[in-house]
Amino acid sequence: MSKPLNRRDFLKNLLRYSAGLTVLGVAGASLAKTQTKTWVWQIDPFKCTSCGRCATECVLTPSAVKCVHAYALCGYCDLCGGYLKPDHLERNTAAENMLCPTAAIERKFIEAPYYAYHINEDLCIGCAKCVAGCTSFGNGSLHLQINHHLCSNCNECAIARVCPSDAISRVSVDEAYRIKGSFGPTQK
Amino acid sequence: MIGMKHILLFLILLVSFQGMDAQVQRFPKPEFQTAYKVPTTVEPAPTSLLMEYVDVLVLVVVMSLTAWFIFKKRSRKGILWLSVFSLAYFGFYREGCICSVGSVQNVSLALFGEGYTLPLTVLLFFALPLLFSLAVGRVFCAAACPLGVVQDLVIVKPIKVAPWVQKSLGLFPYVYLALAVLYAATGTDFMICRYDPFVGIFRLGAGFNMIVLGICLLVIGMFVARPYCRFICPYGALLRVGSHLSKNHLSITPSNCINCKLCKNACPFDAIDFPVEEKENKATRTDFRKFMLYLVLIPILMAAGGWMMSASHRLLASVHQDVALSEIISKHPEVLLQKGNVDVDTFLASGMSLETLNKKAEVVREKFRVGGWYAGAFIGLVLGLMLLNEVVFRKREIHTANRSNCISCGRCMDFCPVEPTGGKKGKKK
Repeated sequence: MSKPLNRRDFLKNLLRYSAGLTVLGVAGASLAKTQTKTWVWQIDPFKCTSCGRCATECVLTPSAVKCVHAYALCGYCDLCGGYLKPDHLERNTAAENMLCPTAAIERKFIEAPYYAYHINEDLCIGCAKCVAGCTSFGNGSLHLQINHHLCSNCNECAIARVCPSDAISRVSVDEAYRIKGSFGPTQK
Repeated sequence: MIGMKHILLFLILLVSFQGMDAQVQRFPKPEFQTAYKVPTTVEPAPTSLLMEYVDVLVLVVVMSLTAWFIFKKRSRKGILWLSVFSLAYFGFYREGCICSVGSVQNVSLALFGEGYTLPLTVLLFFALPLLFSLAVGRVFCAAACPLGVVQDLVIVKPIKVAPWVQKSLGLFPYVYLALAVLYAATGTDFMICRYDPFVGIFRLGAGFNMIVLGICLLVIGMFVARPYCRFICPYGALLRVGSHLSKNHLSITPSNCINCKLCKNACPFDAIDFPVEEKENKATRTDFRKFMLYLVLIPILMAAGGWMMSASHRLLASVHQDVALSEIISKHPEVLLQKGNVDVDTFLASGMSLETLNKKAEVVREKFRVGGWYAGAFIGLVLGLMLLNEVVFRKREIHTANRSNCISCGRCMDFCPVEPTGGKKGKKK
């Protein structure tokens, strides 16, 4: 019934099946290192050195990296290291004294002597100036996170490639954020 | 009593401070008198994750439909609309990530790198088009790959590329593949993604270089059809092999070829082999000698390639972040004293010793030295097989699609005047 197989067809079949097996073999070998979960990119706030590259290196403009506020850690200070420039001339909230270049930090009076600070993510460019300020003179409650609603989830994060402190890594999507206070080096 | 209270307070503080770990609470959290409630930090959810499995499904459906259009319907129009759909879906809607072309790197990183776990969807994106290519040819290139179809849609007036140019440039995808795998496996860089020319167009925004590269390739693509697919794409290099060995492949004519050459003019990719003349069809003694020579040459080329790549491991490795930093510091020690270099400043602040950094760089270089042998040998093997292919004769009496070069776009089928029944059609197009 079946046609006699000539040598060329035989060789071709042999090669085809070995190629197929190679693909399956590679897939099988990597299957051991495969999981069904998805990875997303995220910043470890404790590794971040607020170098400012997040603002410039992201494929998106403005960057998908935004400043987040871990309210639980904030001291609600009047003299906020993340809000005011360290060398501000007078102690007032005039524009020239603001640390944030895009005025993304909104300040609201709560009760004497406490002020609440809120990040307007539409304005934030992820430059980390406030993060540096808050970390050096404050509780470090302001820190950077990748906003997954904005992030394109590139196969290789363009910021991770140049991050000097290797703070950006792939994390499981179940724990897509690393907010200070609920995340720490000793905590899982 | 007071002592008890203090101990209790201390314990509470201890517990709460453990949560913050190294975090110094310089300014204690206030106790508000008013009804102010401390808000919680918003965590915007990632854009639908189910989409990744939908992507795989769409990929399979598009490739199967393409195969159906090629073998059953013999319809170029169907493939054209499918490719428009893929461009809109994979390209502009899903913004080009993840794609099969880039998945090669994820698989290499998972196989050879440390601490990377491959998502299942990426593995499927890698394996499925290859398996399809072994069964039905490059249907992925024809209508599923957004990078391919964006070029396919801008073809205006394709010029013929001389066979020798096509063959010599055809080596580049394999070189690119070898380098991309080497860089991914060593955890250095995903160079395919970095030099992806079209993702910037899909996202309607990217770096200047990316956009310029993309536009240049599209402009070239108006005259040299699909330049990226034919002369650059590293995944196409793999699909080419798969298609070459494929079980089924697009046939230009539905029945008997009348050698009218219409298909040859229709193909923008110079992927149609025409009949070989009788006298050229016989292998001579010289050809046999050449064949043997090239056969012997293969191991020599592999060794030479491996040695060359391995010998240049210092240069290749200098792209790696740690190696680059270590080189800057060893060449210009004065950067340690100046401020301004972000990488150096961060390195100094981290407290890592210069020795540790140099050791880390040396580990990476060693990986490149070993990996260079494999990558170079692979390139040598490909070059050898290409030369060998030059002196192998295939008897051809009709016009057929070159299985490696053909991307199964179906243009030739559209131009073939032969009726499926075997009779001649008067006029079509």
